Amino acid sequence: MIKKFDKKDEESGSGSNPFQHLEKSAVLQEARIFNETPINPRRCLHILTKIIYLLNQGEHFGTTEATEAFFAMTRLFQSNDQTLRRMCYLTIKEMANISEDVIIVTSSLTKDMTGKEDVYRGPAIRALCRITDTTMLQAIERYMKQAIVDKVPSVSSSALVSSLHMVKMSYDVVKRWVNEAQEAASSDNIMVQYHALGLLYHLRKNDRLAVTKMLNKFTKSGLKSPFAYCMLIRIASKLLDETEGGHDSPLFDFIESCLRNKNEMVVYEAASAIVHMPNCTARELAPAVSVLQLFCSSPKAALRYAAVRTLNKVAMKHPSAVTACNLDLENLITDSNRSIATLAITTLLKTGSESSVDRLMKQISSFVSEISDEFKVVVVQAISALCQKYPRKHSVMMNFLSNMLRDDGGFDYKRAIVDCIISIIEENPESKETGLAHLCEFIEDCEHTVLATKILHLLGKEGPRTPQPSKYIRFIFNRVVLESEAVRAAAVSALAKFGAQNDDLLPSVLVLMQRCMMDSDDEVRDRATFYMNVLQQKQKALNAAYIFNGLSVSIPGLEKSLHQYTLEPSEKPFDMKSVPLATTPISEHKTDNAPVATSKLPDKLTPSRQDIYQEQLAAIPDFQGLGPLFKSSEQVQLTEAETEYVVRCVKHTFATHMVFQFDCTNTLNDQLLQKVVVQMEPSESYEVMDYIPATNLPYSQPGSCYTLVRLPEDDPTAVSCTFSCTMKYLVKDCDPNTGEPDDDGYDDEYVLEDLEVTVADHIQKVLKPNFGAAWEEVGDEFEKEETFALASVRTLDEAVGNIISFLGMLPCERSDKVPENKNSHVLFLAGVFRGGHDVLVRARLALADGVTMQVTVRSSEETVVDVILASVG
Amino acid sequence: MTCPLRSRSLLASLLTRKKMDSSILEPSLYTVKAVLILDNDGDRLYAKYYDDTYPTAKEQKAFEKNIFNKTHRTDSEIALLEGLTVVYKSNIDLFFYVIGSSHENELMLMAVLNCLFDSLSQMLRKNVERRALLENMEGLFLAVDEIVDGGVILESDPQQVVHRVALRGDDVPLTEQTVTQVLQSAKEQIKWSLLR
Repeated sequence: MIKKFDKKDEESGSGSNPFQHLEKSAVLQEARIFNETPINPRRCLHILTKIIYLLNQGEHFGTTEATEAFFAMTRLFQSNDQTLRRMCYLTIKEMANISEDVIIVTSSLTKDMTGKEDVYRGPAIRALCRITDTTMLQAIERYMKQAIVDKVPSVSSSALVSSLHMVKMSYDVVKRWVNEAQEAASSDNIMVQYHALGLLYHLRKNDRLAVTKMLNKFTKSGLKSPFAYCMLIRIASKLLDETEGGHDSPLFDFIESCLRNKNEMVVYEAASAIVHMPNCTARELAPAVSVLQLFCSSPKAALRYAAVRTLNKVAMKHPSAVTACNLDLENLITDSNRSIATLAITTLLKTGSESSVDRLMKQISSFVSEISDEFKVVVVQAISALCQKYPRKHSVMMNFLSNMLRDDGGFDYKRAIVDCIISIIEENPESKETGLAHLCEFIEDCEHTVLATKILHLLGKEGPRTPQPSKYIRFIFNRVVLESEAVRAAAVSALAKFGAQNDDLLPSVLVLMQRCMMDSDDEVRDRATFYMNVLQQKQKALNAAYIFNGLSVSIPGLEKSLHQYTLEPSEKPFDMKSVPLATTPISEHKTDNAPVATSKLPDKLTPSRQDIYQEQLAAIPDFQGLGPLFKSSEQVQLTEAETEYVVRCVKHTFATHMVFQFDCTNTLNDQLLQKVVVQMEPSESYEVMDYIPATNLPYSQPGSCYTLVRLPEDDPTAVSCTFSCTMKYLVKDCDPNTGEPDDDGYDDEYVLEDLEVTVADHIQKVLKPNFGAAWEEVGDEFEKEETFALASVRTLDEAVGNIISFLGMLPCERSDKVPENKNSHVLFLAGVFRGGHDVLVRARLALADGVTMQVTVRSSEETVVDVILASVG
Repeated sequence: MTCPLRSRSLLASLLTRKKMDSSILEPSLYTVKAVLILDNDGDRLYAKYYDDTYPTAKEQKAFEKNIFNKTHRTDSEIALLEGLTVVYKSNIDLFFYVIGSSHENELMLMAVLNCLFDSLSQMLRKNVERRALLENMEGLFLAVDEIVDGGVILESDPQQVVHRVALRGDDVPLTEQTVTQVLQSAKEQIKWSLLR
């Protein structure tokens, strides 16, 4: 039933917004009529509406003025006008956080919530719970319990939802209402059922047994509310996820049975739950996929969208499961909702054959300008995946990407395109020149500093090695003239790389450098001066060390070492080798990004794992004087997964020592372990120096103990060794519930698996972007070469993988990827040996009846070369 | 010099991956992140945000502007914006939006949107347009309050919502209405009885 406003508002001009020119002060002035007797409900109502409207528009109310208006408003409780009263509740809720002393209305609200007027009761409960704190809550607890089981649905729902809101604040109080909630869950009203289920789960979610019981009960008895069914499906799939068991449990059967529910919302929820389960088999997926297929032809856009989005997700892992839907997806390409069309196409790109790629790409380009950035990113990701699948299609893709690069778009979108082009360039050498040309064109007009510097870095790396390096110089130098400081500095670095690599370009580069030395920015000038001087020396080794392959130390580590050096100045110059090395990314995992928009991420540089270990070890007095931490290995399991004690070991390598960190977990809740050490028996001439015990190891709280070992000094080539390990400790039995231990215990021991130290533990990976230059820099003073036959290896890929993992060095120049159908390959590996000596390995592999391998090792230290060759042999 | 940059992007990609892995929804009743009503200039007529995705008024306005630009020309019901699922509906000069997480069941959000629209449609006697809405703002406030409470769907049946809002129209005596008002309501009543 509609209610018209006063006449004067009617006259304020037709079509205009009667609230448009509201002044906060004027409205608050008007609020004075709240104090008039008798109360004029309609005028007061209108003023309250204005106040809420202003709050809604984001108008700021000061505490004093809000409190004043609030107190005036409380008088309106005297009126019996229903709408006015309801607006009072709303005002209370809106002002709960702005005004002071809002609890003054508690008694009025309590009266309304227990009164006869059903229209008041629900809203009064919700308003009351907004202004109540933990102490006050106890006072109204009785009323809340009654309200939860009230037979009026709106009252019960309001009480349940308000209880849920208050769980965060007063868990202990709300927990006591479980029985009432339980009773409400069997209500006939669908919303009450849903809210009760939600509250019950929230109160019990930390108790798995209770959740399981609850699930059993409701899945058996059945529910009326589709919302409640969705909630149950979510609870069931979470439980399934945690149990890590197979999918043959009743929980999975329940979810699957929901695929046959009458309500689309429930069917979709169940299908989506099945699709999102990790390690789902094709057979388990099939029924879910077929309901999604039905939804694809629904007249409701939201349903089509939901279905195709979920199918897209399936296509990432199980493209074959979706092929049955290809026909339906084809129909969606022309959908008027562009989001649906995009998702359909990207799904088809994943499931379709190579021949359909051209046609699909043409389809997308027809409407790519109409879709939102989020979906453009989805398209780019699909293309990126496609390029890996069909490398021969790179020219079509590259064209398409460059067109997209020219269009308008936000940063995330452009970054996705640039990343995609870069990955294509890396995968396909023949696409390098076109790709670089597109990127050059892009930086001519690029507003994103991060992307410009990234591309300049790439140009510096790849440009000098193309047949015509000179054509990139113009693009780079344009940046020096036109861009911001960060980009100019990156451009200078890129220029230097051209000068260092191409002798015929060197004179021109030097001239350009000269001009950069007049730049207005410090960083740009410094870089130019530095590169200028290096380049003028015309020495390959200097170029390699300072231009191609920059620092490989960890930046936080360098900062710390320099700070230390300034605190204790000494005669000796600062030694770069004392700085811990940066832990290079092992390999850039391709993320299988779902077609969900990139969420906001904190762009912060967190310390690497090794920096954290360094910090922890430095805190232990016994390990002072070991020098900087050289390398920390991955965790090694020394026990089976399901044993009494779980022990993992991390091997920390220092210049002349090793520290073994044993992370132990006690899984017995009736035992307390004390003085835990791991005793180690070396097979070689390693010497165990010290044990640092873990003093206390209570149930399920991980603790660490350490063993310090000195590396053999007399025989530097003895790098590998096997240790037999035994954990020794004092056991005290304790009460499983309280954790209170007995007074006396007994000694015990536990045999662990043997621990291997290999050559890889002594070598840290470093990235040499330009391996050739580094190879020349180290020189052939200590070069050694040997040939081996790897009889047991059948393919080049396998051989390459084995060598990399055995030596623990980083493959350079993407030489870890063996091109298809080749029977010879060259692998380049770079690393730093303990003590700071560069090691480079070149392994030529030939496939003929097993793999033959010729290994050439160069290093700045002879023993290192021997160590490597000895360990390979 | 680019080393930190590289590791940062790797970190970012790993983080995204982690988020993706945890895409199994934490079962919760908190479904709706925001309910918006904008006019055909993209100005806010009503906005209620239920969590901290857009904490400040400035961020909210920016989000509303973005949402309006992306949706006002196409009549396509659903979109993905800034990592959120947006279901929407337009009528004459009004745009209704319900916003939820991108992992949320789209049909649940749709149920909220439909309930809001149908309730208003009944309350405004099918006259869902800006002017009528502005004249019944208190009805809108109360209706949204009955549909969503702090992000939890409170009611999805428009009949129930209209019943609970219970705006009584008969308290304005016929004599207090203007001639045009009476004519207007008479005309509407005839129109709807004919259409039925």
